[in-house]
Amino acid sequence: MKPPPFQYYDPRTLADVVGLLGRLENAKLLAGGQSLMPMLNMRFVLPDHVIDLNRVDGLSYIRERDRALEIGAMTRQRDLEFSDVVRARCPLVHEAILEVGHRQTRNRGTIGGSLCHLDPAAELVSVAAALDATVTVAGPNGTREIAFADFPVAYMSPAIEPQEVLTEVRIPTWPPGHGYAFVEFSRRHGDFAIVSAAALIEADGSGKISRASVTLGGMGQGPVRARDVEQALLGQAPNEDLFREVCESCRAIEAMDDIHASAGYRQHLAAVLARRALTKAAARLQAAPSMH
Amino acid sequence: MTDKRTITLAVNGTRYEREVEVRFTLADFIRHELGLTGTHLGCEHGVCGACTILLDGLSARSCLMLAVQADGHEILTVEGIAPSADKLHPLQEAFRDNHGLQCGFCTPGILTTLIEFLRDNPDPTEQEVRIAISGNLCRCTGYQNIVIAALDAAKRLQAQAAPSP
Amino acid sequence: MSEKLDITLNINGRDYAIRVEPRKTLVDAIRDECGQTGTHIGCEHGVCGACTIILDDEAVRSCLMFAVQAVGKRIRTIEGLADGDTLHPLQRAFMEHHGLQCGFCTPGFLMLAANVLEQRPDIDDEELIDVLASNLCRCTGYQNIIKAVRAAAREMRGA
Repeated sequence: MKPPPFQYYDPRTLADVVGLLGRLENAKLLAGGQSLMPMLNMRFVLPDHVIDLNRVDGLSYIRERDRALEIGAMTRQRDLEFSDVVRARCPLVHEAILEVGHRQTRNRGTIGGSLCHLDPAAELVSVAAALDATVTVAGPNGTREIAFADFPVAYMSPAIEPQEVLTEVRIPTWPPGHGYAFVEFSRRHGDFAIVSAAALIEADGSGKISRASVTLGGMGQGPVRARDVEQALLGQAPNEDLFREVCESCRAIEAMDDIHASAGYRQHLAAVLARRALTKAAARLQAAPSMH
Repeated sequence: MTDKRTITLAVNGTRYEREVEVRFTLADFIRHELGLTGTHLGCEHGVCGACTILLDGLSARSCLMLAVQADGHEILTVEGIAPSADKLHPLQEAFRDNHGLQCGFCTPGILTTLIEFLRDNPDPTEQEVRIAISGNLCRCTGYQNIVIAALDAAKRLQAQAAPSP
Repeated sequence: MSEKLDITLNINGRDYAIRVEPRKTLVDAIRDECGQTGTHIGCEHGVCGACTIILDDEAVRSCLMFAVQAVGKRIRTIEGLADGDTLHPLQRAFMEHHGLQCGFCTPGFLMLAANVLEQRPDIDDEELIDVLASNLCRCTGYQNIIKAVRAAAREMRGA
């Protein structure tokens, strides 16, 4: 199980990366390698060129600006895990990242790599959808932004052109004191989620839910925002019976059948996990009116 | 035959300079080029952890890295854990004393993983140990004694660190 | 097919009236005719010990006996080791010390150990290991089995 022959490049600047993508056919970008390398070793992909991003300057950072976190595409998952600002301002990402793979994979894996790989069960993909993230890609014609809702176009296929590279993820932050939770079901710790649920809630001065985000992962080819659930929660006081009732609509989300679970079981998990995530999120919601 | 590159890196404190094919994985480089066969290949696709090494002190699956990516870096393999040829590291002693291995195939990867983990978490709970080794598979032991050995190693390392009164 | 014989086997204090050919091994009769499947068959030629039961105060390999040879004797199998809902000290020790993985060899080890500790509660460690050496385990590497038996022995001696 060895990688097939390819030409290797290790550019130092983003401009070099874009230049290489512009002139090379059948090239693959190598980020953390935790997804691409297995595919190379098993020869599921046969690129003529591998462009290693690990020595490119300026793609690894975590910044807070304008009520959002700006995260460089090559930021290691480990750095997200141990970042104080992520934990404080985007605790959903912190809770989700503890479920991503294992210590060894998080030491190398990157946020950009995970988002571009778009595994249907990937935790970072789910939270990006939950948080309405925006991604920036750079190409020969400059940069452009893509709303995460528009990012997955097909099974494991992002809306990135062959000559483009993801450079940044921008995650709008929810106000301090918001409720959040990420829960997933898998056979063993660190396995891909069979189904995951991400919940975010904000309450107004009278304690009624003023904003909600509920995202199911692992159901189909990408994360699904449970809009029906989000709508039904608005204006309501958070409580378990409400969550149980509104999450029933998750059973109608289209789901896939595979060796891990039937569609029906996934739908059942969706209803249960969404309820658990909301319950956990509500427990974390701080009573004070939102101050932003 | 693909492109070759010359790389320079330190492995277990020794500096090496070698020419390698760009598609050569780090695991294969360590084993074939450097003759350090303690690092094992269990799956070659990043799930079993037998190939775990420390790259600049952080655990990584060496089957999921290219040798060229290690240029300029420092690597610790299982061969570098014992302080000398005739003295074992307390972690290794704990594994020996607690029957923490049977066939030993997964052990190098588990040891390097635990070197990092115990360095960063000197007083772990059992649950924390189990999560720490969740990226390493063992077919023989049922993990119980591995966990016991890790907790025992933590105690031994703490005793070593604390000066006696 | 040879003529079947009507016999009674006394297992864990209960009588089972069965009909078997003379060539039927004791382990097969215990498992098939009497439905007590805790006693396992690993090799059927007397080397693995998975089929160990206690016959009138002796640990024996039930694959090396015929059912008809056990008539009139007291058979004790793994199903009779616990006292109702109370586990035997050996059973508890195996749980606490991770003395089993797949569990296939375990009934044999438990009956062997129970017998030797009942007969010779003060058996020394070296001899104990010698006795246990008669049973095979593919999973554990034996360390924890020995640990578990030693722990149970201490408890049973009242130490």
